[in-house]
Amino acid sequence: MVTIPVGELRVQSRSLAGEAWLSELFSSLPVLAGSAWLAGQQQRARQALAGESLPSRRQEAWRFTDASAITAIPAHRLERLAAPAALPAPAAQVLRLVLDGHGDPLEGLALPEGLERLDPAVVEELCGEALDANGAAASWPVQLNGALAHQVLALRVSQPLPIVLELVSDTGDAAGVLGLRLLLVLDPGASLEVLEVHRARGASLTSVVLEARLGPGARLRHGLLAQGQPPQPAAAADELPSSAGAAPVLLHHLAVVQDPASELQLTAAVSGWGLARLEPMVVQRSGAAFTRLRGLQRVDGRQVVDTHSRVLFAGPDGRLDQVHKALADGAGRSVFNGAVIVPRQAQRTDAAQLSRSLLLSDRARIDTKPELEIVADDVKCAHGATVSRLQQDELFYLQSRGIAADQAARLLLRGFCEEVLAELPTPSALWQPLALLMGEEPAP
Amino acid sequence: MIRPDAPVLLEICDLRASVEEQPILKGVNLTIRAGEIHAVMGRNGSGKSTLSKVLAGHPAYRVTAGSVHYRGEDLLALLPEQRARIGLFLGFQYPVEIPGVSNLEFLRVATNARRQEQGLEELDTFAFEDLVRERLKVVQMDPAFLERSVNEGFSGGEKKRNEILQMALLDPLVAILDETDSGLDIDALRIVAGGVNHLASADNATLLITHYQRLLDVITPDYVHVMAAGQILRTGGKELALELEESGYDWVDAELERLEASAPEGLATAQASRTPAEVG
Ligand SMILES: Nc1ncnc2c1ncn2[C@@H]1O[C@H](COP(=O)(O)OP(=O)(O)OP(=O)(O)O)[C@@H](O)[C@H]1O
Ligand SMILES: [Mg+2]
Repeated sequence: MVTIPVGELRVQSRSLAGEAWLSELFSSLPVLAGSAWLAGQQQRARQALAGESLPSRRQEAWRFTDASAITAIPAHRLERLAAPAALPAPAAQVLRLVLDGHGDPLEGLALPEGLERLDPAVVEELCGEALDANGAAASWPVQLNGALAHQVLALRVSQPLPIVLELVSDTGDAAGVLGLRLLLVLDPGASLEVLEVHRARGASLTSVVLEARLGPGARLRHGLLAQGQPPQPAAAADELPSSAGAAPVLLHHLAVVQDPASELQLTAAVSGWGLARLEPMVVQRSGAAFTRLRGLQRVDGRQVVDTHSRVLFAGPDGRLDQVHKALADGAGRSVFNGAVIVPRQAQRTDAAQLSRSLLLSDRARIDTKPELEIVADDVKCAHGATVSRLQQDELFYLQSRGIAADQAARLLLRGFCEEVLAELPTPSALWQPLALLMGEEPAP
Repeated sequence: MIRPDAPVLLEICDLRASVEEQPILKGVNLTIRAGEIHAVMGRNGSGKSTLSKVLAGHPAYRVTAGSVHYRGEDLLALLPEQRARIGLFLGFQYPVEIPGVSNLEFLRVATNARRQEQGLEELDTFAFEDLVRERLKVVQMDPAFLERSVNEGFSGGEKKRNEILQMALLDPLVAILDETDSGLDIDALRIVAGGVNHLASADNATLLITHYQRLLDVITPDYVHVMAAGQILRTGGKELALELEESGYDWVDAELERLEASAPEGLATAQASRTPAEVG
């Protein structure tokens, strides 16, 4: 007789819940009418997911991250929002596209010279290319997005653009699943600043897959502000479905392909989600490009944020400068896994990765792991990871100048965050990144 | 300036303190009156910085016995920030670097905390900029340092100037300067010493921790104390520093041995040092 350990049983029942959640979600989605290509994509993704269930902690890439929070989100597509959330007025020189998964965000907009909608035939050709190049097509969040997405926002940039492109989603208090699929193509020598903002406070899942192609000499400065907020305590809780208290989930995948002499500067700030999983992946397909990654994540309460980054140098003379920071408070859980892959052909690669985490509570947990695969012999690869508490000497220095202990701690935490937030594109200030990150009520 | 009738600002009696159960201060006695400048000298590891940090309230040190009164108030009962607000200042031997925290913002928050205690109005960013620009002149510091993170990437001498700038802004009654002269080039030493002299008045007092006569050439001390093994072993006038410059600390060992012999329990009960009050 075989006895099944209790743990196994639990895993079993959870995966069943995942499977049921997926099939309920898929059956709720409308049949795609427009594009046969997209319908095919969707079908393939759904087939791949059939019988797959949710990512399990038995998989290496999900070892520290419990994805079961996903099943607390109502398994249907997010309705078109009746009252779109109040967003800060866009700054000058900002082109804002609001993404709600329903309408065409470009409708009625005059695009500036050098920015255009990508031709559908080209979209079909290029969509998925960056995912494949990064070996990411089989990632669960990517497949889920493929199964959901029924439109692709695809833009081509043909010259240096003097504007900041804001890509914004805000699901507010709404419940359900939002899938967003984006493609950015930067021609040789083109440059673009993007500020991507995702907000949620209800029982919603925001799934984003963004692919970017940087031609030779192209420059992309990309800011990602992922501002979740804990659900509001409902006034009449008994009238709401049981999922109403579930915290928002974000699954974000960014796949970039860089040609030589291109520059990618990615800065991400994430906080406030019940579960957030970020997968920034970059391949320098012939090396000789520059990649600068900055990440900041904060967890509190029972939140989980997991960043799995991956940078692959497929040619020589590439450079990477990566700093990842984490703050873990309450009973939160912060995971960082930073893969850097330097195969034999990637000689003279110069890569530096630093992970700095602050543990602010005894119940919080931080798992951070550099994952360096270096085969080439003539390379410079530096990496370091620290997990510490607020430094007593730093606190004391501030206190010895008359600053109260709690204010001193706040100053230190702000300082810790500012180093990353300062690298976001300028219009980010309107979104009050620091206040939201620290879980403070944003100023009106 | 010694005035026997000047009010006592700081009175340290038989102060003992440990770090990780290891006794470091073993009975320090010292009285400081308004208007006085004291110098504390002594070998490396004798406990000078420990004394300064215990006075400022560093949490790593545990006071095991003795008392410290600041203008009659029990200093040891106060939090570090309260001590600072009522006018105690510690210029650190090793100022701490705080990445991401702007020096200007830090100085403003600190200055306002002190001003609030003094019953002065808080300064907004503009008023503070005016004040800080004026005080920068005391230490001849480049305003560019205001824009940087606190002490981050500052050279040794720049950090020390930043300490004196803080002192100039916080207007303390008792300033303890722990080796503010070390790491300074000749010009910087003159500037920093000039700043300290400029800020010294009949109402406040300064405790200089130093290894070198060259600082005391520019800031004339009223008292010189020699620390050894966690106590003040000898107190004298400014000539004591010159004597040390001549003959070094060799006599310290003999004296410590003598004390040990007369007090087998350790140095704890030794009362060899005379307090400045007795000298005056
Ligand atoms: N936090 C600490 N942990 C362990 N030991 C300490 C600590 N602080 C001080 N000590 C020890 O206490 C003794 C006195 O140190 P302190 O820094 O006060 O000396 P000092 O007189 O200032 O020396 P210097 O002239 O080198 O600055 C030394 O032996 C030192 O190692
Ligand atoms: Mg010292």
